[in-house]
Amino acid sequence: MQQNKADDIIDNQESEIKAVSDSTDSTPTHAMNLSSIVNGHEQTRLEDENICITVNNFDLFYADKQALKDINMTIPEKKVTAFIGPSGCGKSTLLRCFNRMNDLIDSVSVTGEIRIQDQNIYDKTVNVADLRRRVGMVFQKPNPFPKSVYENVAYGLRIQGINDRRTIDAVVEKSLKGAALWDEVKDRLDDLAMGLSGGQQQRLVIARAIAIEPEIILLDEPASALDPISTLKIEELIYELKQNFTIVIVTHNMQQAARVSDYTAYMYLGELIEFSDTSTLFTNPNEQMTEDYITGRYG
Amino acid sequence: MNNSSKNQHISRQFDDELENVLSEVLAMGGLVEQQLVNALKSLIDGDINLAKEVIDTEVEVNTYEVKIDQECTNILARRQPAASDLRLVTAVSKTITDLERVGDEAQKIAKRGQDLTEKHSGPRSYYISIKSMGNLVSSMLHDALDSFARMDSKSAFDVANKEPESDDQYSAILRQLITYMMEDARNISGALDAVWVVRALERIGDHARNICEYVIYLVEGKDVRHISLEQIEKEIINK
Repeated sequence: MQQNKADDIIDNQESEIKAVSDSTDSTPTHAMNLSSIVNGHEQTRLEDENICITVNNFDLFYADKQALKDINMTIPEKKVTAFIGPSGCGKSTLLRCFNRMNDLIDSVSVTGEIRIQDQNIYDKTVNVADLRRRVGMVFQKPNPFPKSVYENVAYGLRIQGINDRRTIDAVVEKSLKGAALWDEVKDRLDDLAMGLSGGQQQRLVIARAIAIEPEIILLDEPASALDPISTLKIEELIYELKQNFTIVIVTHNMQQAARVSDYTAYMYLGELIEFSDTSTLFTNPNEQMTEDYITGRYG
Repeated sequence: MNNSSKNQHISRQFDDELENVLSEVLAMGGLVEQQLVNALKSLIDGDINLAKEVIDTEVEVNTYEVKIDQECTNILARRQPAASDLRLVTAVSKTITDLERVGDEAQKIAKRGQDLTEKHSGPRSYYISIKSMGNLVSSMLHDALDSFARMDSKSAFDVANKEPESDDQYSAILRQLITYMMEDARNISGALDAVWVVRALERIGDHARNICEYVIYLVEGKDVRHISLEQIEKEIINK
């Protein structure tokens, strides 16, 4: 296996040499070679992305205490965007605004707008239940329903009035596969979900979220209650999920943000301090405050 | 041997990144190797156009160096590699520095070759010795990259073991060139150009050995720089 891999690399290398010596026949091709080296690198640039969520001049108050201050940002489609920052900086609050979870708290008031695919989700005409179907959410502690594995995933379909056994079977299997859980639970679909391990429960909750095919998945500290291996599995799952969903993740663990996200936002005391592609933010941030936080000099 | 090539990471993206950086190092190595072969050919055949090509390739080699270094920085910042992964990233970042210098030396050979072809018409019989040393050194570079691709510390040691031979050839050619200079003072400036060429070849031999030492570090986790070949051999056998 290893030998084969090395042989592959050597083959590539040899064809590379051949390609180079072929191209050295005429000098102008050098320029082309050069650009192919540079362009081989996958550049992530916000201005090249399709935009999924736009936040404009957004403020949020808990009674008279301002928790979010004039947030402006655009979150790209089918990418992973991470929010990092110290406790109380407003990152979870902002995340919860994307499916209006904050509506459940009486004292909350907001100004400004959040647009998802050009619709202002704080508009009076918006049906909040519909919005939450489009924008799924997974929390820090896995919260499966006290039902079987199968019924947990099927739940979203059932409340939409879908009862056809064959349709549900297909969706359950697809969602569990999508959440990288199928192989581990396919023989115990009728067992209680509470019997699964913490990491499995969290993937089950993700399967439940993707079963209703949302556009956006919000993850609020999805791995902070899990062991390192389950954490890496969740992270790998996040990487897979971005093929089909826009992902926004809040995490206390900035190394996790560095590993999983394409874009990272650093927030502090309710303000968005810096938002850029993850490589730039973690190798050469623009703001001194960001640098202090990610290098552990904050506070 | 090396975990990073034996087992997959849970994060496949991490695997992809490491594999990508490895194949780029080998692509860069292939380019430099070709550059060296062409430099020697341009010198021996007196091919001015080929020499120019060698000199132009420098830009491409530099681009690889910058790009691979950037990727190493990214991996360090975003993945916090540990153990064999960490050794891989540091070995890569050192290897490309040596490769870039091999490229510089190849460029020097091509430049001196140009001068020798255009300006000097002295004796050429020492070209045979240069060619033989050139072949030795290119094969060392080739095998060093090969052991890097296979992550094979044993073959890396075999390559490092050839380095004294290139040193011997270096001194033999120097003696030969000194004879020419003593014979006829008009040979001196041409012979000095030739000295630069063999000096460059000798340096390339050193760089190849360095790369082998990084391979041993990567595979065995042992730093074998600045110790004798006998000691290196013991380190590998005693593991």
